[in-house]
Amino acid sequence: MSLIEKTATELLALQASGQATAADIADAFLAAIKQRDPKVKAFLLVNEADVRQQAEAIDAKRKSGAKLGKLAGVPVAVKDVLCTKGVRTTCSSKMLEHFIPPYDAHVVERLKAEDAVLIGKTNMDEFAMGSSTENSAYQQTTNPWDTTRIPGGSSGGSAACVAACEAPVSLGTDTGGSIRQPAALCGIVGVKPTYGRVSRYGLIAFASSLDQVGPFAHDVTDAALMMEVIAGHDTRDSTSVDQSVPEYTKTLNTPVKNLRIGIPKEFFDDGLDPEVGKIIEASLKQYEALGAKRVPISLPIGSKFAVAVYYIVATAECSSNLARFDGMHYGHRTKQKTDLIATYSKTRGEGFGKEVQRRIMLGTYALSSGYADQYYHKALKVRRLIKNEFDAAFSQCDVILGPTSPTPAFKLGEKTDNPLAMYLSDIYTISCNLVGIAGMSIPCGFTAGGLPVGLQLLSPAFDEDRMLRIARMYEAATDWHTKRPVV
Amino acid sequence: MSLTLDQVKKVAALARLELPAADLAKMADQLNAILGYVDQLASVNTDGVEPMAHPLPVQNVFREDVPVPSLPVDAALQNAPVRLADFFGVPAVFDTDEPVSH
Repeated sequence: MSLIEKTATELLALQASGQATAADIADAFLAAIKQRDPKVKAFLLVNEADVRQQAEAIDAKRKSGAKLGKLAGVPVAVKDVLCTKGVRTTCSSKMLEHFIPPYDAHVVERLKAEDAVLIGKTNMDEFAMGSSTENSAYQQTTNPWDTTRIPGGSSGGSAACVAACEAPVSLGTDTGGSIRQPAALCGIVGVKPTYGRVSRYGLIAFASSLDQVGPFAHDVTDAALMMEVIAGHDTRDSTSVDQSVPEYTKTLNTPVKNLRIGIPKEFFDDGLDPEVGKIIEASLKQYEALGAKRVPISLPIGSKFAVAVYYIVATAECSSNLARFDGMHYGHRTKQKTDLIATYSKTRGEGFGKEVQRRIMLGTYALSSGYADQYYHKALKVRRLIKNEFDAAFSQCDVILGPTSPTPAFKLGEKTDNPLAMYLSDIYTISCNLVGIAGMSIPCGFTAGGLPVGLQLLSPAFDEDRMLRIARMYEAATDWHTKRPVV
Repeated sequence: MSLTLDQVKKVAALARLELPAADLAKMADQLNAILGYVDQLASVNTDGVEPMAHPLPVQNVFREDVPVPSLPVDAALQNAPVRLADFFGVPAVFDTDEPVSH
């Protein structure tokens, strides 16, 4: 097995035992990017000289006998929505084509503090708005399992680069499923932490009450390791919660006894692709074989109304957050000479892509005088009902299991002209963000056509340690996480 | 209910978003399709339900009022579309005979 197919945990062991250096590892992944990324198009930016320099610095640090961080010499790819000091950060938007952040996001600081090698910035749907990465202003990332298909989104580049072995781990963000859905469609592990578990400082905001940063990895062990690094309190994000971070990797291999798995009947309704349904059912049987007890539950309001609530709440928050892109302090400014208001309007008309404009319009309308009660306030009340429904469900079960996505990866272009159809592909992932709990997707099989399927785990807030243990129970009994595509 | 072209224009003006005239009809159609879907929220009984704007019950978070270093001027201005000395160059806010800076 070549270096690029290894997990981060294996790469750490290889360095510790002297079988590989950080420079060897960096070179292997840089070569993989050179060979594979013309097909996958996951990366927007890779600075080879800088990557080598970072790796050599880690090797020198190791040689000096200094204590090394938890990710020493491990290449990590970062979604281009996270600020990287001195390194262009575009959000896949023309609006930020030349934006060089003057500071690092909290999670990027954490990666650097643990001696990770930042290998590049990954493609995404513009401002993280989308489910297929087709809304990038720059390029179309493909699914490494079938390059005629989408990788999922919005963190499509971060998912595809790990699936294609162009990086062992990466960071994405999840506002309505943007980590879990691409992880499922690319056959890897993706974790959406509890709201407040990871600081959003330096994450370019889309919907502030929903956004959360999380990892992509080949397996649950690497995901747990990444969670240990990025989770924790940060005073620069007032919604980051001051609660100690468990050592997830230490407890990971202890199975949960008397596990009760909640199965929402609505997740298996008509909207679910029958082949995906069969694969999910097989994974539930696997859990039963491991001693878990099935608990039938019902989430009627969330299942029926979460998408509607989300497309009011998320667009309302986005219309407010994206007001900052006015061409005054940074980012694009129109070249047309005109007055102040027209400068704003032309700048935003030129700088934002179609989906971003649609969402700003929808959010502005939902918040506008005369309509805010009908849309925004109504959505917030239904959001509360969805929260109550999840609270009741978790009084009966330890984890909620079901499909991450209703279908496997769809074809490029298949849904680009129908925003509503695209929105409905997030039907199983959205509630998790609305109620602020933790969720993840793990690989659980392949369709007859060779496309990966993901199993979603939803767990109560701040219960990531147990969620990761439950995921690891399944992973330890299966080998889906060891599969790699031929790219 | 559905949005008219005039309403779409009004919302675009509120959002400070200049849309090409040729795109307005398609924008109206797409927004109406989404609003048609969203309108099903009206069927949920929410009498007496407290709105939930945020997943965490966080209140104001206070800190000690201690000065900390902020970004140096050059770093803060490095992405400015127009820099004038140590300031952001912007179009005139008030009516003036001065030329508009870009």
